[in-house]
Amino acid sequence: MSTSTQVFPSASEREWKLPSRGRVGMLSLIIGESALFTIFVVAYIFYIGKSLTGPTPAQVLEVPILGTICLLSSSFAIWRSEHAIEHGKMRAFVAWLATTILLGLVFMVGTAIEWHKLIYRDGLTIRTNLFGTTFYSLVGLHATHVLLGLSMLSVVLVLALLDRFSESQSERFAVIALYWHFVDLVWVVVFTVVYLIGR
Amino acid sequence: MSDLPMPIGETPEAAQGGIRSADWLEWLHGWIVTVDHKRLGILYILYSIFFLLVAGAEALFIRIQLAIPNNHFLTAQVYNRFFTMHGTTMVFLVGMPILFGFANYIVPLQIGARDMAFPRLNALSFWLTAFGGLLLYYSFLGGSGLYGVGNAPDVGWFAYAPLTARTFSPGNATDYWALALIVSGFGTLGTAVNIIATIFSMRCRGMTLMRMPLFTWLYLVVSGLTLVTITPLTAAQFMLLIDRYLGGHFFDTQAGGSALVWVHFFWIFGHPEVYVLVLPAFAIANEIIPVFSRKAIFGYPAMVAASVGIMFVSLGVWAHHMFTVGMTSVTNAFFVLSTMLVGIPTGIKIFNWIATIWGGRIRFSVAMLFCLGFLYQFLIAGLTGIMLAVAPLDWQLHNSYFVIAHFHYVLVGGIVFCIFAGLYYWYPKATGRMMSERLGRWHFWLFVIGFHITFDTMHFLGILGMPRSIYTYQPDRGWNTLNMIISVGGFIQAIAILIFAWNFIVSYFRGDEAGDDPWDAWTLEWTTSSPPPVYNFAVEPEVRSRRPLWDLKHPHDPDWEYEG
Repeated sequence: MSTSTQVFPSASEREWKLPSRGRVGMLSLIIGESALFTIFVVAYIFYIGKSLTGPTPAQVLEVPILGTICLLSSSFAIWRSEHAIEHGKMRAFVAWLATTILLGLVFMVGTAIEWHKLIYRDGLTIRTNLFGTTFYSLVGLHATHVLLGLSMLSVVLVLALLDRFSESQSERFAVIALYWHFVDLVWVVVFTVVYLIGR
Repeated sequence: MSDLPMPIGETPEAAQGGIRSADWLEWLHGWIVTVDHKRLGILYILYSIFFLLVAGAEALFIRIQLAIPNNHFLTAQVYNRFFTMHGTTMVFLVGMPILFGFANYIVPLQIGARDMAFPRLNALSFWLTAFGGLLLYYSFLGGSGLYGVGNAPDVGWFAYAPLTARTFSPGNATDYWALALIVSGFGTLGTAVNIIATIFSMRCRGMTLMRMPLFTWLYLVVSGLTLVTITPLTAAQFMLLIDRYLGGHFFDTQAGGSALVWVHFFWIFGHPEVYVLVLPAFAIANEIIPVFSRKAIFGYPAMVAASVGIMFVSLGVWAHHMFTVGMTSVTNAFFVLSTMLVGIPTGIKIFNWIATIWGGRIRFSVAMLFCLGFLYQFLIAGLTGIMLAVAPLDWQLHNSYFVIAHFHYVLVGGIVFCIFAGLYYWYPKATGRMMSERLGRWHFWLFVIGFHITFDTMHFLGILGMPRSIYTYQPDRGWNTLNMIISVGGFIQAIAILIFAWNFIVSYFRGDEAGDDPWDAWTLEWTTSSPPPVYNFAVEPEVRSRRPLWDLKHPHDPDWEYEG
């Protein structure tokens, strides 16, 4: 029976193009993740100024300018590496990819220094007050996503250095890059809410 | 698809269930490591039917306890555990897995694809969901934890704060509940991503979006809704675990936190969840009603638009579960109106189904009987829904048995009826054998009678003032007779379910041979053999209309001459 589906008059032999499943899948995941972040952001905004005890954000938070610049410029770097792999320029690809990872690492080190200061100098932990609870959950959730992205990018970098990653996989790399752009975009929101509005 | 290896153990013999005792281990291995969408679909459905029996048994215990006043069959705490587990199981381990099981099995076949877009993600999603279920039920054994108190979770399926705080829920029961929902939530998210990617990227030639069967269309909508529905629940569960384990204060009113925030977050998930469950039921009805009325679906574009409309409206109605918490009049009015708005797209659907049946040559097979039951009951459920959407009436009826009756009318009268219809309809495709129509009629009539005895009566009990979640009541309240009637109806439904289970098993061995297309249907899954081969279609199909198999059967009167 299945073979007889051929009898359809295929008068229209025009091209049948469908979107890439990797991109569609990643975009769907991003929509889902956005809802996840939305809930944490809403909780953060709702609890601004509701802590019963200190320390307050105005007392202890410093705007992480260097980390933010690094993370946002990593989006540019990964865009360049996408461009490079599409055109088969593997050396440029590796260079821009390494730059992306480096910038991401600087961001993470910045977060680590910030948290160390908050915990040991200012005595702010997740159980100190509502600010601590919402701050560490929201920033921590984002940092987890950065770490996940860095792991994926590092795997690609190792494969590329071992000559196991080539132009033919540019589509797959584009999917990872999409995720990385999303992580950057979320940081814009988190940065605005935590360091600009919430302080 | 071509870059994926053939799954291990996928032999045609195994797919047809031909097991020799010598290689049962290999057969089992084949099922466990499978990445085939058809096998995963079957696993999802069998898993859900198992938990349907478990959660159904829990409901029976609840009904035995409530049958007579001042009963001591269950203690108050065991009763709380049972209604918590009944609700959680039915929503997360029965409703969602069985509906995603249908999607797994049917969607790739309907769009002429070889498999889902991400077969391995598909297997991961199933096993995550399955593990979540085991985690939840393991709490019966391991829930006592270090504190030596508690057993299964007893906080209700919506687990309002601050009842879930460490102080009020010591032990690990609530943690198992939260972890189980997080784990199965990841599985659900994976499946939703997979279904969307499959529908967008795996359609066969000619299957434009507006030629897709409505079943597939609704699953696209449902998966999109799932993406933004299940993740807020996951976020709220993370917060709950942060509160319970790390000493956070999200829902800790002592430290400035708000218990009300949990209620909002839960229903931001909880209300769209109802549509995540009911849209697949609509999807099943969309396939069955036209085939058994011998007419094309009435108003296809309106059906698509109404489904997308329901998706968007459902995201803005959650606080109608919260009229009694004391919101402002403006907020109340907003949620009253947005809830009423749901009636418009839903009404369009009901009218379209009736218009499809109107003037058709109706075949009253068991699948169609269940769909007709669904149409009637879903209408009633919608009407009581409009009653409850009116805030002042809700203040009177909130948390009474009227609410229980309303949502069971949706979940059982609407969704479960459609699930049974779908099982009778696609069983021949999945197994190659027909389910017994005679036993099926017994199943239908007993179930429909039991359903109405139970849930019609509950409305009256609610108006008489019986609140939900109470484990017993005084004999002088005037609730005795009605409660006994409800319990009797519950047992009639249980008998019907057992007949179904018997039919389901026996038909696999003794049912009549089905052939490729037993219902004379029109969508692509019926063009391949029953059960379909591992590769689904020997030649990739090409379609030119919404009913490709109709075109094939009627080459002189094809649909594509009429469709735009």
